[in-house]
Amino acid sequence: MKSPRTRLFRYVITCLAVAGIAMQSHAGVLPEDRADLLYFRYDGGGVVINGPSVLLRKSIGEHVSVSANHYIDMVSSASIDVETSASPYEDERTQSSLSVDFLHGKSMYSLGYVNSDESDYTAKTMFANISHDMFGDLTTISFGYKKGENEVFRNLKDAATGIVANDPNFAETMETQSFNAAVSQILTKNLVLAGQYEVITDEGFLRSPYRSIRYLIDPLTQALAPEQYPNTRTSNAASIRAKYYLPYRAAIDTMYRFYTDTWGVIGHTGELGYVHPTNNEKWIFEGRVRYYTQTAADFYADLFPRAGYANFMARDKELATYSAITAGIGATYEFKIQRFPWLTKGQLNLRYDFMTVEYEDFRDATYSIGSFGTPPANPLQPGTEPLYKLEANIIQFFISAYF
Amino acid sequence: MRIRGLVVLGALAVLSAGCSSIEPWVKPYDRENLADPIMAFSRAPISQDFLDHVFESREGSRGATGGGGGGCGCN
Repeated sequence: MKSPRTRLFRYVITCLAVAGIAMQSHAGVLPEDRADLLYFRYDGGGVVINGPSVLLRKSIGEHVSVSANHYIDMVSSASIDVETSASPYEDERTQSSLSVDFLHGKSMYSLGYVNSDESDYTAKTMFANISHDMFGDLTTISFGYKKGENEVFRNLKDAATGIVANDPNFAETMETQSFNAAVSQILTKNLVLAGQYEVITDEGFLRSPYRSIRYLIDPLTQALAPEQYPNTRTSNAASIRAKYYLPYRAAIDTMYRFYTDTWGVIGHTGELGYVHPTNNEKWIFEGRVRYYTQTAADFYADLFPRAGYANFMARDKELATYSAITAGIGATYEFKIQRFPWLTKGQLNLRYDFMTVEYEDFRDATYSIGSFGTPPANPLQPGTEPLYKLEANIIQFFISAYF
Repeated sequence: MRIRGLVVLGALAVLSAGCSSIEPWVKPYDRENLADPIMAFSRAPISQDFLDHVFESREGSRGATGGGGGGCGCN
C-alpha cells in the first residue's frame, strides 16, 4: 500500500506531467492526414541552399497518427567565413524523421526520432512529448524532452586530386538535451494565447572545426588562429504568442521570445503576421514580419588584440551583436479534384521571404585579408573594414494534399 | 521555512483546482472561428520547420519555437 505522501507526489507529478506544448493543435484530436512536398531555396551571403522536403502524416485507426519527413539540403557555400579562410565547397545534408502520436482520452503521447547526415556532421535526435486538454478543452498543456547525439568531423581537400575526405585525425562529439513546457489557452471565442519555455543544454565540441579568429600581430598586420570555445552551453528561451480572429474572416498573430544563455547572448525576437482568405475560399494570402536582435557572446570579438588573448575566443558572426528583419509574403490556392474523391483538399503554396542582417561588430575582413587566398589590391588596415551586412532571398513552393 | 511551506501548499491548491473540472467560458458551439484553419499557429508544418531551421542557423537564439530538428547545414 502506497503512503499518502507517495500518492500526493504521484498526483502532483501527474498534474505537472501533462503541462506541455501542443501550441498548434488540441491534444484530444489527432492531426489531419496530409502529404506535403516542398521545394526551397535560400540564397544569401554567398551561400545557396536548396532541396526538397516531403512530409507524410497518416492516422492508423482512431488513436494513432504516424508522421514521416525526408529533407535534403544541397549546400553551395562561399560564405564570408569560407571566403577569408578556405575555398568554396559543396555539401549535402539529408534528414529523416519519424514520429508517432498516441491519443488516449484527452492526452496525446508523442515519440519521435530524427537522423541527420552530412559529410562532416551527423546528428541523431530522439524526442518525447506529452500533452493534455483540460478545463473544457480551453487549455492545452504539455511537456517535452529531446536528446541529441552528434558527431563532428572535419573535411580536408587534397590539393593534388581535389578529393574531399574526412580528416582521419579529427573526430569530436557533442550531446544536447532540451526540456520544454508549454500551454495554449483559449481566452475568448476569437483569441488564443500560447506560451512556451525551453531550456537547452549542450556539452562537447561546440565550435566549427573550420572557422578562425583573427588577431593583431602589430597594428597593420593580422593573423588567423582556430577558435576556442567552452565545451558547455545552456540556454533559456521563453516565448508568448497570440492569434486573433478578426471581425471579417482573417487573422492576425504576434509573437515575442526572450532568450539568454551562459555565453552571454541575450536575444529578443518579435513577429507579426496577417492571414487573409478571399471570399470565394480559393485563395489565402499571408504576410509576416520578424524582427530579431541580440547581444554578443562574452568571448566574441571581430579582431583580438593579440594571440592567446583569452581562454575562449570566437569570431562566429552568429555570436556577434546584430539585428535582423525578415519580411515574407505567401499565397495559397485551394482546389479539389472530382476524380479523386479521397482527396479532401489540395493546396498550392508559394512563399517568399527577404532577410536582412546588419552586424554591429563583425567586419567584412575580405577588405583586409582578401578572398580565397587572393589579397585585395588595396588592403584596409585590420579593424577599419566596413561592417558586414547579409541579405538573403528565401523561396518556398509546396503542394499539400489532405485526405 | 514557513513561507516555503505556504508556497508549496498554495501551489498544491492551484494544482488540485487545475485537475478538477472547470466550467468552460467559451462553449464548444462558440469555437467556430477558433476552428477555422487560418487560426492555426502553423498552417504548414513543412514550411515552418524549414523557416525555423533557417532562423536557427542565422540567429544566436534557439528554442521555444516548437521545432524539432537536428544537424546543422549552416557553416
